[in-house]
Amino acid sequence: MPEPTLAAPAVPGTAARPAPARRRSSRHGSNAWAHVLLAAGGVVMVFPFVWQVLTSLSTNAQVMSVPPVFWPGELQWGNYAEVFSKLPFLQEFWVSVSITVVRTVGQLVLCSMAGYAFARMRFPLRGVLLALVLSILMVPSQVYLIPQYQIVNGLGWLNTVAGIAAPGVFSAFGTFLMMQFFKGVPDSLEEAARLDGANPFQVFARIMLPLAGPSLGALTIITVLWSWNDLLWPLVVSTRAESMPLAAGIATFAGRTTTDYTVMMAASVLAMAPILLLFIALQRRVIDGLAHSGLK
Amino acid sequence: MTSVDRSPRAGDGLASPARGSTRRAAARTGPPRKAPAGGARRGHDGWWPVLFVLPTMFGVVLFYLWPIVQTGWFSFTEWGAFGGQTWVGTENYVRLASDPDLGTAIVNTLVYTGIVLLGIPIAMVVASLLSRPGMRFTAFYRVLYFMPYVAMPTAVAMVWRLIFNGDFGVLNWALGLVGVDGPAWTSTPGFALVAVSIVGLWTSLGFAIIILSAGLKNIPSELFEAASLDGASPWRQFRSVTVPLLTPSVFFVTVITVINGFQLFDLLYALMGQGNPAIQETQSLVYLFYNEAFLRNDKGFAAAIAMVILLIVGAVTLLQFRMQRRWVTYA
Repeated sequence: MPEPTLAAPAVPGTAARPAPARRRSSRHGSNAWAHVLLAAGGVVMVFPFVWQVLTSLSTNAQVMSVPPVFWPGELQWGNYAEVFSKLPFLQEFWVSVSITVVRTVGQLVLCSMAGYAFARMRFPLRGVLLALVLSILMVPSQVYLIPQYQIVNGLGWLNTVAGIAAPGVFSAFGTFLMMQFFKGVPDSLEEAARLDGANPFQVFARIMLPLAGPSLGALTIITVLWSWNDLLWPLVVSTRAESMPLAAGIATFAGRTTTDYTVMMAASVLAMAPILLLFIALQRRVIDGLAHSGLK
Repeated sequence: MTSVDRSPRAGDGLASPARGSTRRAAARTGPPRKAPAGGARRGHDGWWPVLFVLPTMFGVVLFYLWPIVQTGWFSFTEWGAFGGQTWVGTENYVRLASDPDLGTAIVNTLVYTGIVLLGIPIAMVVASLLSRPGMRFTAFYRVLYFMPYVAMPTAVAMVWRLIFNGDFGVLNWALGLVGVDGPAWTSTPGFALVAVSIVGLWTSLGFAIIILSAGLKNIPSELFEAASLDGASPWRQFRSVTVPLLTPSVFFVTVITVINGFQLFDLLYALMGQGNPAIQETQSLVYLFYNEAFLRNDKGFAAAIAMVILLIVGAVTLLQFRMQRRWVTYA
């Protein structure tokens, strides 16, 4: 993006030439400073992750030594094996995966359908219903947490995947996001399909949904991130370690044992690794998706 | 639900004489209708909108709208040990007003939000460095700065606990190198809040950088060229072109940061751990709510706290939108 604008002034005649040349040389000089600053900041940003991995491969004695041991020497891979015996890691991992899948699939289906209807269909009370949905966006989650807990409790869903996942299957934000997308699609595409005799669901599923890829991608990213990382709600509706997702499981484990640092580090590395690896693999799409949708 | 069905048919009747089985034919051949302002385009969707909207409306009403009403009601009740609520009027609010914990929680939440907001100027510097012409490795830097934002807060809190540890933490070791005797960060009131806020800043910096970078991209480069032709120094360009044109993005990031700041819970809970003696003096509004609702099981009182949080967040957001005229420049 910046390259063409830099090249542009160089085009008209010799008179303009010295200026861009000077700018280019000064540019390279000052970019070195930019790199120094960015790299220094980057080290601060990444240090906790590096430190986490290093301590997860150390002994507890090394973790507690002063001055700190930066390189553990012999790597203690056994800490990772201990994760599986000291906390119900596999069960918690499975809960995390399950609630993330249920919520993401649920939101993709429900939010795209509702968003489509709000954007492009005509029905009575449309404005009122939309206002009701959007009003939730203004309300902090604490305001509906106690009744949500009662509902899940009443259904006998405490300590179940269904109970943790249920409220998060529905999303006002997701509906809003999809609605904004569908509003921008030109009428002509829909009209053509209608002329061919497609019913509204066929128009939605065959014409509109395939166009919505980027928005569905953004919604997926947001829901996966939130679902995997969320703590408060799972903490409220799951009391047994083996029925908690990882975020709550790690916090609870840390609350129980305060001295087993290395296992705690290994467990938290394992807990966040799937999302971090996914992020690094898809970094451009994740960053663009979050930037375009604005919110987490 | 019958009303949902009736009206489109009525609309049909108004728009064209065709009805029932010939409705679709009418949609095809009928005269083009004026599109209403709401963006809806047809009067012929029949039952379909019900199929599309009903599942979401069901969940939204069951899990969000009705609960909001219920919490409002709960805030005027006291809960018995075995369930059942008794109306106590404004007692919970009166109790809350004289509860020193509420003041502490509000101040702590504001201090946390304030410190995290300091990340915005830092993000502005990083974003403008990243958007320099000819800058390389920008994708790499973005990943570095964005990683804390996507990482699980409870998991990163674990390593920050080690870093902040008063006896063997690497931070106090580093401070010791420059002759500063660091405190036991996470168990000393005051310092604990600063520690939580630092982690909060570290976590949210990436988001601000991404939004501000997008804002920078939208500034036309001609403006910078014109400024430099007029002899403006890079600093002057930053101050007179970048900053004003970036204010809408800064405003957006500020609003989001404040809203998220008021939701402080995960980092506080995971960084301090349960049973930390400093928690009462460090708690946030959401922690106060969680503690009353689910640890002390005083749900009526907690509902009142939730309503107060709603009120504060609403007031602060409104204030921000009111203030935006003073400093946000829309080009």
